[in-house]
Amino acid sequence: MANEGVNQGRRRFLTATTVVVGGAGAITAAIPFIKSWQPSARARNAGAPVLADISKVEPGQRLTIAWRGQPVWIVNRTPQLLATLPQEAARLTDPDSDVAQQPPFAKNETRSYKDKPQWFVVIGICTHLGCSPEFVPEIKPEPYDPEWKGGFYCPCHKSRYDIAGRVFKGVPAPANLVVPPYKFVGDHQILVGVGPEGAA
Amino acid sequence: MTESTRIKLKMMNQLAARTFAYALLAVTAMFATSVAGAEESGEMQSAQTNVSNVTSLQRGARTYFNYCSGCHSIKYMNYARLAADLQLSEAEVLKSFAFTGARIGDQVISNMPADSSQQWFGKTPPDLSLEARAKSPDWIYNYLRSFYVDPTSTVGWNNTVFPNASMPNPLWELQGVQTAHMARADGEVHVEKLEVTSPGKQSSAQFDETARDLTAFLQYVGEPAALQRESVGVWVILFLVVFTFLAWLLKHEYWKDIH
Amino acid sequence: MANFFSNIAGWVNERAPSMMPVYRKHMTEYYAPKNFNFWYYFGVLAMVVLVNQIVTGIFLTMFYKPGAATAFDSVEYIMRDVEWGWLIRYMHSTGASMFFLVIYLHMFRGLLYGSYKKPRELVWLLGMLIFLALMAEGFLGYVLPWGNMSFWGAKVIISLFGAIPWIGDTLVQWIMGDYNPADATLNRFFALHVVALPLVLLLLVVLHIFALHEVGSNNPDGVEIKKKKDARGIPLDGIAFHPYYTLHDLVGIGFFLIICAFIIFYQPTVGGWFLEYDNFIPANNLVTPAEIKPVWYFTPFYAILRVIPSKGLGVFAMAASIILLFLMPWLDRGAVKSIRYRGRGYKIALTLFTITFVLFGAIGAGKSAEWIPEIFGPTADVSGIEMHFGWLLLAIYFGFFLFLWVYTHFGYEKTKPVPERVTTHD
Repeated sequence: MANEGVNQGRRRFLTATTVVVGGAGAITAAIPFIKSWQPSARARNAGAPVLADISKVEPGQRLTIAWRGQPVWIVNRTPQLLATLPQEAARLTDPDSDVAQQPPFAKNETRSYKDKPQWFVVIGICTHLGCSPEFVPEIKPEPYDPEWKGGFYCPCHKSRYDIAGRVFKGVPAPANLVVPPYKFVGDHQILVGVGPEGAA
Repeated sequence: MTESTRIKLKMMNQLAARTFAYALLAVTAMFATSVAGAEESGEMQSAQTNVSNVTSLQRGARTYFNYCSGCHSIKYMNYARLAADLQLSEAEVLKSFAFTGARIGDQVISNMPADSSQQWFGKTPPDLSLEARAKSPDWIYNYLRSFYVDPTSTVGWNNTVFPNASMPNPLWELQGVQTAHMARADGEVHVEKLEVTSPGKQSSAQFDETARDLTAFLQYVGEPAALQRESVGVWVILFLVVFTFLAWLLKHEYWKDIH
Repeated sequence: MANFFSNIAGWVNERAPSMMPVYRKHMTEYYAPKNFNFWYYFGVLAMVVLVNQIVTGIFLTMFYKPGAATAFDSVEYIMRDVEWGWLIRYMHSTGASMFFLVIYLHMFRGLLYGSYKKPRELVWLLGMLIFLALMAEGFLGYVLPWGNMSFWGAKVIISLFGAIPWIGDTLVQWIMGDYNPADATLNRFFALHVVALPLVLLLLVVLHIFALHEVGSNNPDGVEIKKKKDARGIPLDGIAFHPYYTLHDLVGIGFFLIICAFIIFYQPTVGGWFLEYDNFIPANNLVTPAEIKPVWYFTPFYAILRVIPSKGLGVFAMAASIILLFLMPWLDRGAVKSIRYRGRGYKIALTLFTITFVLFGAIGAGKSAEWIPEIFGPTADVSGIEMHFGWLLLAIYFGFFLFLWVYTHFGYEKTKPVPERVTTHD
């Protein structure tokens, strides 16, 4: 067969190099296929920020809009509702919103912008298994809570949230309602889907 | 001649034969491309568009939205993509291009109601997203420059590249008004020459540029990924050349066993 | 590390003892002739393209929406909005054309070296079945974008079935599921193209390779290497497929991918030959394209159909032109396999046959309509000249098979002596 001895070292080196280079090529070739699963330009466009007109939303009322296929509630909270927030802390799982269910500017008691505390923007999906809770703003005893101070009640598995979307102890839902990124555009519009520039 | 020289020669031979065969294939493909791309019917001038020239595309886009988008949609494009590819801000695109009050993510749809266009032109102006791929950029370039007044047609205009298109010259302001010199041959009257008899805002050379930019824009609209495709291609081919060379070294090493 | 893998191999081997021998039988102990040349790359290249079509096809199916109202838009969605969608689409469309190029060259190798002869008739028959399945797969795939050529091409090809006596018209309507190619047609073509025919193709390819490995590969000299074995029973002119031909083929694959990359990234439409102009216009059942022609790889058979004025006879001729290829092992009664040692008559006949096939392709693609006025002047009767020239080509095409049978059956062929061992360039 061969005249000279087989150069095993050279064979191992060439085999290894070819396998490594070929393997790198194969992995790189796989990248476009994997990336094709990312949201397409059409999905990204459809998921673009939504501008909501809040000029007609009276205190105590709620406006519902759709953003990225989900219901987003914009609530104009009355001063009485805002006043209930400091009292609830003992009954809540995460009263200080330590778990990051909101953008940094909303990590406060009202879970909203500090200069416009009455406006509450929240994704209306229960953090338990995804039902959409009911909006129960009246401050009066409810069958599920004789001390009800206004908030959101999920009929599916009886989770409860206060009027800042903070979850109560002893319910199936593990976390506060999600506050999406949003910002005010003038005084009468809220752009849902994008936060303030250079947010802290 | 030593064993290894003989092997190297044999290698060279095989490589040459293979390269020749593949080159033949490639040349055939290129020939087929150029032959197939050519159109008949008279002197089709080459559009000589440069889709990588963003300024040309911007000018073309402006012309399109000022003169064409009133009737013709390019529904497979959206404004956000235009902004990104043409290196314009979204605000500028919305201001200069989106006359219909569309949002940035919307498709580019003309406002013309279908029934009105049916009434005015006898047919609905077609969507132009893929016109450059269905006809070729050269066709569009020549079409834009080949309108002439024709009192016998329904819209008062005709076109040597696309006879009886039911389309008025959208750019007559810029090109000026062209009339046709007719000639008779074999018992049939045909257009021999087109001439601008009433000048427009642009000289002939300027209008050719405008037509070129507009064609480039439509070429881009037909295939927005074209530039990305070409730049990625360089790396892919470079990699494959390196890999093939490595594979050849490996194969040659093992084939030393065979003779 | 190596120990770990051999432990796993041992575990599997204990429970499925015939798996390891399969690997040996088909790779490291499959002895292939050592004199394979350029023509022997196309089998493995066909497999590479098949894998490409399946992988890119699966990903296209994730985004494509079958249906007369949605298909065309979904293809543009893939080209523009899906990340890297344009690349997946071009890989698939380029692969489709390259598949046929590779297969035609692969089949031509069979004609050059008598690879269809005993004991490889079954390999050849399975290969011809793959060719039929591939043509069907290509046709179905072409309809899916639902461009104007998709629609009219579907209409023309389906209407060919109307030529079958008695059942023709019912059959046509049954295939379409409507009175015209429509939404129903598109959806069923989608199912056939994505699921049914790929499974059939995979099965046939596996059988084709198994049948080949049973008898062993032919070679450019047509010498049966199994006739001369060494003391261990290994053919003297044979070399282990792995690693010698796996590496050899790897280089060929590299070259092939470079050509494909040039096409995909710089000329994906190949001037309208791989992606036709008219298919960028949505299907319109009221407006036929100026020139209906199939994609380049069907043009020779389309021309055979067209040059015969009668529809029934045209369909018959087109079918015959493919069926005769099935019969090669029985038409060619010569004992010598390879063209290197065959009579001059065969060399001339095969050359004429090849040229005829290419010229038929030119006719089918509409090139003759361009060339005839250039050669014969502007007043030439294009369809007349084309038809008569087509008849000449038909005579040569079918004549090849007749000639071959007469030439070899009656012993007119004068062959050269076939060597005992394969010849190589040293």
